[in-house]
Amino acid sequence: MIKGEKAVITVIGKDMVGILARVSHMCAQSGVNVLEVTQSILQDLFAMVMLVDMAGAKTDVAALSEQMDALGGELGLKIHVMHEDIFNSMHRI
Amino acid sequence: MNANEILETIEMIDNEDLDVRTITMGVSLLDCAGPDPDAAAGRVYDKICRYAENLVRTGEDISRQYGIPIINKRISVTPIALVAGACPGASPVRFAQALDRAAHTVGVNFIGGYSALVQKGFGPGDYALIESIPEALSGTELVCSSVNVGSTKAGINMDAVEKMGRIVRQTAELTADRDCIGAAKLVVFCNAPEDNPFMAGAFHGPGEPDCVVNVGVSGPGVVRAAIKKSGAGLSLTEIAELVKRTAFKITRMGQLVAQEASRRLSVPFGIVDLSLAPTPAIGDSVAYILEAMGLEQCGAHGTTAALALLNDAVKKGGVMASSSVGGLSGAFIPVTEDAGMIAAARSGCLSLSKLEAMTAVCSVGLDMIVIPGDATAEIISGIIADEAAIGMVNSKTTAVRVIPAIGKQAGEELDFGGLLGQGPVMPVNTASPAAFIHRGGKIPAPLQSLKN
Repeated sequence: MIKGEKAVITVIGKDMVGILARVSHMCAQSGVNVLEVTQSILQDLFAMVMLVDMAGAKTDVAALSEQMDALGGELGLKIHVMHEDIFNSMHRI
Repeated sequence: MNANEILETIEMIDNEDLDVRTITMGVSLLDCAGPDPDAAAGRVYDKICRYAENLVRTGEDISRQYGIPIINKRISVTPIALVAGACPGASPVRFAQALDRAAHTVGVNFIGGYSALVQKGFGPGDYALIESIPEALSGTELVCSSVNVGSTKAGINMDAVEKMGRIVRQTAELTADRDCIGAAKLVVFCNAPEDNPFMAGAFHGPGEPDCVVNVGVSGPGVVRAAIKKSGAGLSLTEIAELVKRTAFKITRMGQLVAQEASRRLSVPFGIVDLSLAPTPAIGDSVAYILEAMGLEQCGAHGTTAALALLNDAVKKGGVMASSSVGGLSGAFIPVTEDAGMIAAARSGCLSLSKLEAMTAVCSVGLDMIVIPGDATAEIISGIIADEAAIGMVNSKTTAVRVIPAIGKQAGEELDFGGLLGQGPVMPVNTASPAAFIHRGGKIPAPLQSLKN
């Protein structure tokens, strides 16, 4: 991973206790720095978007994505990890 | 960054089948030609394996890193007739076998370019290659073939059209035990583009560089969802704007993947082909887009108009999103690969004549249409001639990929599996065009002014 590159983690699913804690714990374990978190709860649906810095990470986006996938499976949530370039290119001219 | 935009992208990938359909590496084989056919086939194999060694792994890495699905990794090569022409008298089938082996070695799912460009006449190698297509496609698994029989500048080579009717039939006959799948890998073009990344018609044109990466984006499901969410209140002007905005976003993703693939493979970036390419997955259908615009079923009167709007809006949105747009770019209408088209063909709402009209405004032509097994070679040539005429006069690419269902009649079905899908046998007009087809010769190139 090139220094300073950022990724976006999104968590979507049913709200429950400890989602943010579990996801950020996994980030901390991998040396991934959380820069920004926004979350919203519409009725029972929980949606969280996390911007993270991979500069000091011990892992890359692909590996983090696999770990988060497993965590998502365990919690019954959909967790995506995607490179920030996707969003920049799709939504900005 | 805006959380809503991020969630919109996630929704597109999770629920609306947004994907990059293909990364296709174009490889020139002009330098592999030589008088010894086996040595030349060996050079073909070696060059493809050398250039495309990391193609599949790189595609998978990009897919994982960016979190977007990249469905296919493919290769297109110089039309083999140009290579095989250097060894007259030798069967070109050995080149098909070399392509098939190379495709298996590097792990791609199709390789295109067992092709000949004969719009103005037959060059060395063209006759032999065309005659060998049935054997080549029945004896290989991953090789795709195409023949360009006409262009707006050259007119239509009716000798080639006559031949191709017979070749399409023979290819289906030789693979009759496998649902006639050989014919699903054979396209007859008018105005074939030289940089198309989509199969089965991909080849690496003689004007292309030594090696290039082209990317095909898709996303009929995303366009359909956008129209559906907008409700019934929008005018067609607003629908066109909506399709443009959606196509822009889809294409930007393709552009990003294309640039990244080009950088990682150290191969120049060619073009992004912004085609709406349906898959048999429910929802990922061009027919459903037309139905979301307000048609009861695809094939109804109004279908051609709706498709014209869609095709144009996709291009307008996509062109601004990429530094280089090419290939086929527009909306595909392959019947067996599109759940909505299959349903419309089964119900009888969508006919071959309506599809022919639709090809005048869509991006390609009569694609993946199953016809009765007793359709004669002349009838198939007639279908090819009609389609080539539409392309020639309208200065657009048209193509014919019909699959004669050997031993089957209207009402029965063929099932190819995977992306090629399945579909019902559609009836054809059985009046004979034989005397017209057997005249041979050429249909001269059309006038480019006095356009009425």
